[in-house]
Order: sequence, then C-alpha cells, then structure tokens
Amino acid sequence: MIAFLVKRIFHALLVMFVISLIAFSIQDNLGDPIQQMVGQSVPESEREALREELGLNDPFLVQYLRFAKNAARFDFGYSYNFNQPTTEVIARHLPATLELVAAATFLIIALSVPIGVYSAIKPRAWLSRFFMGVSIVGISIPVFLTAIVLIQLFAIGVSWTPFPTDTAWGNWLNDLVTTEGGMPAYGRGDPVHVFGTWYTNFASPRGLLYLVLPAISLASIMLPLFIRLIRAEMLEVLQSEYVKFARAKGIRLRRIYFLHALKNTMLPVITVGGVQIGTLVAYTILTETVFQWPGMGLMFLDAIERSDIPLIVTYLMIVGLIFVITNTLVDLIYGLVNPTVKLTGKPA
Amino acid sequence: MTFKKTLLAGMIGATVTGATLLPSLAAAQTTLRMAYDADPVSLDIHEQLSGGILQLSHMTHDPLVRWTSDLDFEPRLATGWEQVDDTTMRMTLREGVEFHSGNAFTADDVVWTVERLKRSPDFKGIFTPVESVTAIDEHTVEFKTGEPYPLLLNLATYVFPMDSAFYSGTAEDGDPKDEIVKNGNSFASSNLSGTGPFTVVEHQKGTRMEFERNPDYWDEDSPGNVDRIVHTPISENATRVAALLSGDVDFIAPVPPNDLERVRESDDAELVTMSGTRIIFFHMDQNRVDAFQDERVRQAFAYAVNQDAIADRLMKGFATPAAQFSPKGYAGHIESLERRYDLEKAQELMAEAGYADGFEITMMAPNNRYVNDAKIAQAVATMLARINVDVDLKTMPKAQYWGEFDDRAADMMMIGWHADTEDSANFHEYLTACPDADTGAGQYNAGNYCNPELDKLVSEANVEVDLEQRAEMLQQVEQTLYDEAAFVPLHWQDLAWASAPNVDIEPVLNVMNFPYLGDLVIEEE
Repeated sequence: MIAFLVKRIFHALLVMFVISLIAFSIQDNLGDPIQQMVGQSVPESEREALREELGLNDPFLVQYLRFAKNAARFDFGYSYNFNQPTTEVIARHLPATLELVAAATFLIIALSVPIGVYSAIKPRAWLSRFFMGVSIVGISIPVFLTAIVLIQLFAIGVSWTPFPTDTAWGNWLNDLVTTEGGMPAYGRGDPVHVFGTWYTNFASPRGLLYLVLPAISLASIMLPLFIRLIRAEMLEVLQSEYVKFARAKGIRLRRIYFLHALKNTMLPVITVGGVQIGTLVAYTILTETVFQWPGMGLMFLDAIERSDIPLIVTYLMIVGLIFVITNTLVDLIYGLVNPTVKLTGKPA
Repeated sequence: MTFKKTLLAGMIGATVTGATLLPSLAAAQTTLRMAYDADPVSLDIHEQLSGGILQLSHMTHDPLVRWTSDLDFEPRLATGWEQVDDTTMRMTLREGVEFHSGNAFTADDVVWTVERLKRSPDFKGIFTPVESVTAIDEHTVEFKTGEPYPLLLNLATYVFPMDSAFYSGTAEDGDPKDEIVKNGNSFASSNLSGTGPFTVVEHQKGTRMEFERNPDYWDEDSPGNVDRIVHTPISENATRVAALLSGDVDFIAPVPPNDLERVRESDDAELVTMSGTRIIFFHMDQNRVDAFQDERVRQAFAYAVNQDAIADRLMKGFATPAAQFSPKGYAGHIESLERRYDLEKAQELMAEAGYADGFEITMMAPNNRYVNDAKIAQAVATMLARINVDVDLKTMPKAQYWGEFDDRAADMMMIGWHADTEDSANFHEYLTACPDADTGAGQYNAGNYCNPELDKLVSEANVEVDLEQRAEMLQQVEQTLYDEAAFVPLHWQDLAWASAPNVDIEPVLNVMNFPYLGDLVIEEE
C-alpha cells in the first residue's frame, strides 16, 4: 500500500515535470504578454524594458531552470494579469470549479444509476427506448449549445403560442411550451464563506439555484455516457451464471438486481467514472465560460487570451495533478471493492 | 508559506465581505448592477492606458476637465483656465473638494499626479509636451510646455488628481506607495483614494467589483442617485445579453452586433448606440510589395473595397463607413470626403498600372480584437478578388496577432485605432508617419507609407495655437492621405450600451465610451 502511494507520488511529479516542460516550450506561440499589459501607444523602448524586467529575453533553458528552481520551493511565479502568486489565484478559483464538478457528479450518479439499471432490466419498455434515444441526442449536442438553450429557456424565458389561444386546450398546450425564466444566468451570486478561499453555494437555497443550470449543462456531457455504460454492464451481468442461479433459487428479483448484480456492474463503472470525473474538470472551461462561473476554467481561458504564461503553466500542472490524484483514488477504491486486485500489480 | 499566505488572504477577504454585507442591509438603496466585458486590470489608474482604466477613473476620480457628449470641455476639478502666454496655461482649481481619505484636494495633488503620469510607461508618451507643472497657490496650477501646445486641455482630461498624501510613504512591504508596477503587487494597485463619486469597497479581480457612493462628493448639482454599484465582468457576449434580458443586471456594454435587434425589440431593455471614434482599416505594405509603391495600385485597392456593404451587411448597420481617419467632430475631419467604391474605376487603375491580371498578396487580421474582424477581412479579400488580386488570408487571436503585426508579417494588415488625445494628429503620428524606430514615429505604420511633407505639416500643426489654422493643416493631411490612398479605410466601429428601462443611461454616455456613472439616474420602480 505504502509502496503504491510512493510510486504514485513519483508519477505525479513526473507528470507535472513533463507538463511544465511542454507548457513552457509552447509559450512562444501563446503570444506576447507585454502586448496585453501596456496600452497601444506605448513606445517599443518601454516594452523592451518591461520584457527585460520579466526575463522574457533570456534563452529558453535559462527561463525554464529559473522556473523549475522556484517551483521546487512551491513558488510558481506571479500571474501577469492578477499581479498575485499564481498559486493564490488558483486557490481562489479552485473551490468554484470543484463545487460545480461535485454538483454535476451528484446529478450524474443520481440519474445514471436508476435509468441505466431500469433500461437494462426492461430493455424493451418504451421508457427505456426513450432514454436511449435521448442519450444519443444528448451525447451529440455540444455543451455550449446545451448551456445557451438552458439560459434562453429558464433564465430569459420563452413565450411561444403555436396553438390557438381562444380554446382551453390551446392555452394549456401553449403554457406547456412557454417557460417563465427567472433562473440566475451567470456567476455564483453571493456564496457563503466557509474557510480560507472557499466560498460555497451549497449553504443556501438561493446559492443552490445558481448551481442548477451550470451543473445540468456540465452533467449533460457525461450523463448519456454513464447511462449507456451502466446499462451495458448490467445487461452482461444479468446474463451471468450466478444471476441465473439466484433466480432459480427463488431470491426476490429486487434483491438480485440491486444487491448482487449492481455491485458487479459498478466495478468497471468506477474505473471509467474516476477518469471521467478528471475529464469533467477540463470540460468546465466551456461551461464556466458560458455561465461566467468564476472557476478555474474561466480563469484559464482568460489567461490564454492575455498570454498570462505563469498562470497557464501552473493551471496545466495542477490539472495534471488532479488527474493523477483521481486515478490514484480510483485504484484505491477499486482495491477496496474488489479485493482480488492487488494494487502493486505483483502476484499475490 | 504560500499556503499560509493564501489562508491569510482568504481571511482578510472574509472580513472585508463581512463588513460590506452590513451596509447593504440598510433600506432604500439604489443599486446599479452592471456588466462590462472585462474589469479594470488594476486600481492604479496610471498602470495602463486603456478603456477599462479610464472608465474606472471616471467613477472613482474626477479629471481636471472632461469631454461633453459633443466633444467640448466641461470644468470638473479645474473651474477655469487661461492661456498666460504661448507656452503657459494657468488653471484655477475647485475649492472645498476632499479625497475619499478625507485629505483636502490642493494644487500640490495636481503637481504630484502629473509628475507620476510622466513616470508611467503608458502615459508618459502623451505627457511629453508638458515640461513642468507648478503650484502657484493652494488652488492654482501652472502648466508649462516646451513649445506652444494646442492640446493641453485634451491632456487635462487625462489628469485625474490622486491623493498625494495617501500615496506617499512606504507600504508594508517596504516599497514606496507611489511606485507603478506592471507585474506584481503595488500599494496603488489595490488601494485607491480619489475625489470621485464612488469609492471602491471590494475588488475580486475578474469576478466582482463593488462601489459605494462617496457621501462627501463635491458635485452637489449632479443628478446621480446611484448609491451602490456592483460590477460583474461577463466576457461571453451571449451571457452578457442574457443577464440583462433576464433582469440579473441593469446595464451592459458592449452589446454584440448579433444581439442588437434582439435587445432593441425587447421590452426589458433599452438600447443606445453611437457612432464611435475607432477607425478600422488596412495597411498596404510598400516595403513588402513593390506594386503598392504605385499610387494607382493603392487607389485601385481603395476603389475596390465597398465600405457601405461591410457596414450594412456584415456589421448590420453597427458601423459608420469611413473614407478617412478622423471621425466627425475631430479637427481634421473633412465632411466632403466620399467613399470611393467603384469597381470599374478600380479595374481601370489596375490596368493602367500594368497589373490587369492582378497579383498575389498575403493578408492578416485578428479574430477576437474588433467587432467581426475576421469576417471583415474575408469580405475585403473577396472584394479584392474582383480586381484579380489573389489574397492569402490568415486570421488569429489578438494575443498572437500583435506579434505578427510588429514583425510586419503580411502584405496587408488590419488595425483599429482610437486617438488617445481625441485629436486628428495622433492618427498620422502613429499610423502613417515615416517609420522611425528612434523617435517612435509611425510605430503602427505597417504600410511603410512615407511622405515627409505630411510629417512636417503635422509637427507644425502640433505647435499651432490658432485652432482654426490648425484644423486647416490637419484637414490638408487627411486630404493628402486620401488622394495618395495611403491606406484602405473601412469604418468607425459603433458603440452600443443597453440597460433596464428604468436606468436612464443615455445622458451619461459619450463617444469616448467613458460613462459618467456619477451622474446616472435610476428611476424608482
């Protein structure tokens, strides 16, 4: 166990080293940060002085070694745009992203398990077919479109009268396709302070309201995938010998489905799920931009637009770290759920 | 170490927000919730010469004089001015004005501020003509210029007196409080004391900014009734519009062209548009393409581009088609200059110059800097195809584009320009003056157009105190640039703002895009 963790920490360091090297080597293609820092009419001599001051004129290796030396002491430099240490900037934006991912994950788990199981147990029911159809559509709609449609429907509201308004049934149908709007369309509102840089939206009903639309659109990417995954695994498990035996033995169906079959269904789902949660952190870039959710994704996009190289490099390294951590956690959980798997990979 | 710092910062942030929550509980406050596309880079108003910083300056500070909506001067902290001789102007300052800190505003603050401006990398350029500023008495200052300088009042719109006592001494980290730091923290980048209508209560960069009305604001005649402003930057166009239409915010800018109709037709919003002063145009690089040295070829390009079509169809009327640099109201503007779209004439000129079969050129434009920039470039490329010019177009994000622009990497390059001095001479100095790396003249002249006579004319105009005479000289410059087709003009980008119906934004808006929010009136609902 300890050997496994040590190995993983070593992995994390290696991943972060490689990411920093790659991020650093593409910085010349990210544009000129000076351009973003000064006004248009500032003469070239002033720009050159600033470039020299920031050390941008040094050769690549000198710049990288300087960065690596500081990074070893957890000093990742100053963001050009925020004028603060990049670690502080990220610490301030991280909680918003994690809360959004947590809310989306909750939605995914709460919906995908029952829907997936249901459509495996009753594969021919019209409801199952409906879910499968919707999930195909869901998987092919890009997240920013989902987000904008959600905003139009539930934040601005749509008033649509395709049916005659002089009849009761017409009015009823019109009301059905007309939405009120009124949901918050951007930002986090006034989140409640917990500690440090962590402000939470989970503490008040109003705060939760701000989470609804962003969480739905973020969840919309992964939800169809999970429904289909759980359904496929469940179908397979239901064909297995022990399920047939349990049935023959006369155990109640509910117990077979939710105790015996579901447990085995979840094994591969945990593996895929863990990795996908990591990916979800990356997907927040789009969702956060549309909803102006003040998390890391929005911060990262802004950093790219402003060629804020120190912040870009730090962000990439931290996302790399998050991936390593989630993968490690997945492996640990997998070991707990399925004790036949040995973490270190050595034969028992 | 870093973690501790982070914790500490978080705790400080907590106490600040805790403190701000209390006054917001007080009843009957008029709050303006607004959303621009970005927030100011810093609270130090001398750190960057940009629209965002100037918009902030007009909220938290007052200039000596400010522009009215018809480009005239209105006294603010300076109540009067007189030209003592050709190089000296004396200004009388308003009495009884206090800074947010409680310090009294005096002539020394003006002197201190101008001296700091002359140290700022961004502002020192436009303040070079000012040789010295001296305090004559507590409420009189004297500006001295090296040569006669006709634009001193234009410069005075950039002087937002800062609280010299507040910014003197050393900060906690041992650095002087008045230092101007572009990268890193300085005292001035997070602390602010001006004379303006609003004080900054909170600034979470990129997320939220909160202002409160200065209770001791000197301008008691101001109709403004906004007690509190909450600014949330929303960079995404669609979201910004949605936030207004759904009633989450009361005031947004800019309004993207694609949503203009939607906002105009909405009952929940009022739209205000204005013809702007930022000229969008193409340079034709004479160093890269020999054909561009032939005036007839440049003429042909100017005749081939249909500005009205671009303004009408691409910009949906959200642009004023242009034939010159200077927008209406500027000294050099010539009312009679016409756009010269004429395809036949363009083809004739090409044939005359010996290029009937055309030639190949490269073109570059940004794709996220100006409204519809990439689409405009595509349209121009298509129009040039009609005179058999084969355009290899490349568009890229602004972060990459300006590097390419500095390298003069393509034969035709797009740029938009707003004259910081609101004056015609500025266009020529940066865009069409003979390039000279030492003096910085023609810094953005990617066309390498050079006409020494014009340079001479402009430098003469810059010391001409007779404004009518000066306007004539600047008009002559515009006329020559037009006749020699120094560049391909496209349009002045329009400005657009939108607000909730009870927020009366129109009176506080102007063509510089510095809304005077101190004077904003919100009607009771």
